[in-house]
Amino acid sequence: MVDKRAEGNVGVPFQVHIERGKIAEFSRAIAAEHPDHHGGERPVVPATFLTSMFHWERGRQGANPWSTVQMSKARGMHASQEYEFFGPPPRDGDVLNAQSRIDRIFEKQGRRGGSLTFVEMVTDYRDAAGTLVARAKMTAVETAKPAGGDGETKDG
Amino acid sequence: MADASMTKPAPRVLGPISRTDVVIYQGASGDFEPMHHDEPFAKAAGMPAPIVVGMYPAGAMCAWASDWLGPERVRKSWVRWRAPVWPGDTLTIDGEITGTTDVQLPDGTTQPRLQVAVQCTNQDGAVVLQGTMDFAVAGSESVQ
Repeated sequence: MVDKRAEGNVGVPFQVHIERGKIAEFSRAIAAEHPDHHGGERPVVPATFLTSMFHWERGRQGANPWSTVQMSKARGMHASQEYEFFGPPPRDGDVLNAQSRIDRIFEKQGRRGGSLTFVEMVTDYRDAAGTLVARAKMTAVETAKPAGGDGETKDG
Repeated sequence: MADASMTKPAPRVLGPISRTDVVIYQGASGDFEPMHHDEPFAKAAGMPAPIVVGMYPAGAMCAWASDWLGPERVRKSWVRWRAPVWPGDTLTIDGEITGTTDVQLPDGTTQPRLQVAVQCTNQDGAVVLQGTMDFAVAGSESVQ
């Protein structure tokens, strides 16, 4: 069950190295065929590529504050996901400084009755100069009783 | 709006989605949640099969639009899951340009954006995933 006290919890900063090998692998996995992912000087990432931050936060203790939310696995699901870029998306060779936070926890009444608890985790990605280049927002929802959805509760 | 690249491409068929497709995606993304590939684990949790990881069709859906309008022009993608996707499902990805809007950036400047609606429909006609994407308008700012 969601612990509302987790709102505002901040993860330990971690670095994300954008690399052409991972861009090519990820692009093939989602059938992203545009040549800008697969060749040229500095291949560009697909729109949802920053979900692969899993690989980078895993090596950094405390990078992902999601576990502090304590959302039920049986009643929680990934509801929506957003990636925003404040200029062209990252390219091979970019090194981004990332930090995640539990931005917001709020409740809504479900259409079929029962309360829904929404949790938003925001991850900001900045370049070496500290300029915000990308922002990920993961929204997960915990229902009052078990539900289907896509079955995952811990994406970023 | 008149240039040839604005001509909408054909819908893209994703699937039938195999367990291997899911494993390839999970390896690429780093999300190793067993619910999406471990059959005994998923069944013990009450699922009929390992549920397809939602970010896989979400990524494919956004890729359809960025293959069309250019990945370097993507400025925003938003996706919402409407229904679960299972191994064996065949999804059809389609979308359309819905308009333009001006957005304010963190540095205070305003930029025009092309807005695109995208969706994934399964073999039964159910919309399982929908989203919106913003693209930089060609010529309005550096896309490199």
